[in-house]
Amino acid sequence: MRANIVMAAAGAVVFAGCASMMYTPPTKEETQAVIKSSFNDRGIAKVDRLNQTELQAVCSDTHNDPPKDVRARLEKAALAAVKYPTDGKWLGDFKQGERIAQTGVGMQWNDKPGAPAGGNCYACHQLSKAEISFGNIGPSLHNYGKLRGNTEQTQRYTWAKIWNTHSYNACSSMPRFGDAGILTEAQIKDLMALLLDPNSPVNQ
Amino acid sequence: MARRRSALYLRRLAVTFLSAGFALGSTLAIAQDKDRTIQEIERYRQMLQDGNPAELLVARGEEMWKAKRGPKNASLEQCDLGMGPGVVKGAYAQLPRYFADADQVMDFEARLVHCMVTLQGFDRAALTKSPFSGAGQRATDIETLTTYVVEQSRGVTIAVPQDHPKEKASFERGKTLFYMRSGPYDFACSTCHGVDNQRIRLQDLPNFEKAPPAQRAFATWPAYRVSQGALRTMQWRLNDCFRQQRFPEPIFISQGTIDLITFLGVKAAGGKMDSPAIKR
Repeated sequence: MRANIVMAAAGAVVFAGCASMMYTPPTKEETQAVIKSSFNDRGIAKVDRLNQTELQAVCSDTHNDPPKDVRARLEKAALAAVKYPTDGKWLGDFKQGERIAQTGVGMQWNDKPGAPAGGNCYACHQLSKAEISFGNIGPSLHNYGKLRGNTEQTQRYTWAKIWNTHSYNACSSMPRFGDAGILTEAQIKDLMALLLDPNSPVNQ
Repeated sequence: MARRRSALYLRRLAVTFLSAGFALGSTLAIAQDKDRTIQEIERYRQMLQDGNPAELLVARGEEMWKAKRGPKNASLEQCDLGMGPGVVKGAYAQLPRYFADADQVMDFEARLVHCMVTLQGFDRAALTKSPFSGAGQRATDIETLTTYVVEQSRGVTIAVPQDHPKEKASFERGKTLFYMRSGPYDFACSTCHGVDNQRIRLQDLPNFEKAPPAQRAFATWPAYRVSQGALRTMQWRLNDCFRQQRFPEPIFISQGTIDLITFLGVKAAGGKMDSPAIKR
């Protein structure tokens, strides 16, 4: 009897020792707290950038593969919030568009506040054939307008893709150039021209 | 002086080569030229391997490691990097790991700061205020010491431990941060580093979910960056990724950065350290 009690007590001690070494995965709240305590404001890049939107949270948690119904809901909401050109003109200057496509500055902590951002399109897409230094994260856009035609339907679709890529492909890797305020309406028109103007280097 | 000259020479070579490559491309502009440009960049990378300015930093770092410094006039020779006090060989390849004396998972740079504070009496805030040198400037003490220590793991198999519960938790948090899309551009680390064979412009991006690219990437940081004429540590690598990701600035050796390095290190298990490397 006495021996049993001693053994039970010893067992309890061993168990308690194991328990302190036992692994429980960090909760969502614990992880978020560690992440938020690990960043500082610098320049224009403030810590409030760590507050995720619903779309960002869903895409992160599902590794960019949300369930079908969630995907449909996110796309519908994104498309509904697209702001189309106020003056009804879709295309700007493709030469300006090429410049915007080449430039990657904007919204980094070392960028000047208020300075115009670039689209950095070549980082991920092929556009004009002359530029061989292009990335492959996105599809090739060479001959974009030539293949699709400069119809109103294509214009509306292309504008929405640039404004908020999630309107047609939730959890796409591309930034929301209009929705997030990265590019102005005039800059998006220039990119539209780069893609759709028959004289643009993209369509040669 | 010789170091600065060779660094300047390499940087000039880099600029000359890259601009020549781009000029060539814009006139000829066919797919073949792109392949040829990539081949030339590869050849340039091979050429760089002949002389790494980081070698001089290794020597300077060893002297600094063994010198009596700081308010306590002590060397770092008793620093415990996880394999017992004084063991430097192979230590970098097993970090980050859990340290009972700090009750925390630490990467190499966090552990180095811990040793400089506890053994040598340096002020933590002063040490961590400017851990990275500017382009072409003299390396900071942290960069110099890191270069020495990582060299002592060259050829050693990467084995970031996952035994202690806090090491497992560090990996899990690091994984969450790796996939966390946030900020005005909605980028996560995984946007660029979670898919096979992706490129930004002509720069290949390692996919950290696959062992071979994860091993190659983890094994070759810290590295001497020719374009910046400076030795860059793993903490710097994360810092500059987050800048381009449009995140706020990661705090040097914060738990979040350590967790991310734990995630990357575990993914790179089995690779062999090959650092300090030299990169474009």
